[in-house]
Amino acid sequence: MSKVKIITGTSAAAEAARLCDVDVISAYPITPQTTCVEKLAEFVANGELDAEFIKVESEHSAISACIGASATGARTFTATSSQGLALMHEVLFIASGMRLPIVMMNANRALSAPINIWNDQQDSISQRDTGWIQIYAADNQETLDSIIQAFKIAENEKVLLPVMVNLDGFILTHTVEPVELPDEEEVRDFVGIYEPKHAYLDPDRPITQGPVGVPSCYMESKYNVQNAMNNAEKVIMDVNEEFAKKFGRKYGNGLIETYNIENAETVLVAMGSVCGTIKEVIDDLKQEGKEYGLLRIRTYRPLPINHIREALKNTKNIAILDKDITFGMNKGAVYIDLAGFLKDKKTTNYIVGLGGRDIRQDDIKEIMKHAEKAEDGETKWMGLKEQ
Amino acid sequence: MVTVGTIIYEPGNSTNKTGSWRVFKPIMDKDKCVMCENCFIFCPEGCIKEKDGKFEIDYDYCKGCLICVNECPVKAISSIREEK
Repeated sequence: MSKVKIITGTSAAAEAARLCDVDVISAYPITPQTTCVEKLAEFVANGELDAEFIKVESEHSAISACIGASATGARTFTATSSQGLALMHEVLFIASGMRLPIVMMNANRALSAPINIWNDQQDSISQRDTGWIQIYAADNQETLDSIIQAFKIAENEKVLLPVMVNLDGFILTHTVEPVELPDEEEVRDFVGIYEPKHAYLDPDRPITQGPVGVPSCYMESKYNVQNAMNNAEKVIMDVNEEFAKKFGRKYGNGLIETYNIENAETVLVAMGSVCGTIKEVIDDLKQEGKEYGLLRIRTYRPLPINHIREALKNTKNIAILDKDITFGMNKGAVYIDLAGFLKDKKTTNYIVGLGGRDIRQDDIKEIMKHAEKAEDGETKWMGLKEQ
Repeated sequence: MVTVGTIIYEPGNSTNKTGSWRVFKPIMDKDKCVMCENCFIFCPEGCIKEKDGKFEIDYDYCKGCLICVNECPVKAISSIREEK
């Protein structure tokens, strides 16, 4: 039986991993992720989850342990944030290159210096080229649902890539919301049992994993990862549909979600929890007779360019919000990724909410007004104080 | 064809008999051996094998590191220079 619990985003992530019956968990505590692994450690200690919890001395070791575990064919989960994710960096490429379907919860948090534990998305966006599928959840329910979906996507034979499910630090990780926990049996039926055909540990069928890739095969191995990313687009959509049929909840088409886009000349493009605030503002302004739209990117890698272009085909002004910054370009990564594909449109970029700076409804209204009047390609840092 | 995850399913190194790399060759005196298993445990290549209640060395893969010589408490393993 499904039941509704009032829980934080990190608890929702831990519950999802439990529902998916993971075999191995390895993670290192870091704010604001810690409560997720604490919860998982509790599940294992209480016997509510039959999994191996590998304690490690750093995030580099955590993800390395996950790779070892996943290479034996175990369903593997980890969680981290910010500096921890940055410390995992070199190993993230190994997970995708070895095609290991590890699922990770990442609590989006700013990177030092200055030391800052609050939310922005610089950490995961800095890992966009590591070959991991990236999903950005907008609320705690979506965090839980996305992790369940993530195992099904990652373990799909056409994909076999690791998946990172991102949720905004504190805004979601430490805020309680009602979350429906689906029935355990139904979740296990939905995700199935992971039976790898490519990577396993079987003394009767010895194989070599993670060998040297000489110049004559390295490019092909990377091209295979790109092909898997291409396949992932459809798999993510299918899993979203299948999930909706079974559990009654869906998130746009799985890749993007649109809100009031067909009526609006000006559309905001954003990722994560800020989309809730944007929807509120859109509803408020609708009552005043003003129409604005939202395109939420749920899957940032693979980036669903064609879906985004199609959704924005009648839009005049596109305001792209970035909770990250690419220094030296004065643009956010999402803007840079999209602007080239939307070159026939007016696009503007807004750097918002770095290091936990609040994004208020007034900021959203200011962005909407600015996007209508601004020149193509303008960048504006929102809420910047006079110096 | 590059496999998914560049995994190698056919044995590669093990078909290549690496015993040819050897410079020194360990020689086991089966009469002196007390079956303490030290050589079996310490051999980094898994080349010490038990056969009919005695240990013997698999020269197809033994690279001649002589760790077994060092670890044998009853000096049942000696070494000679490999002659090719």
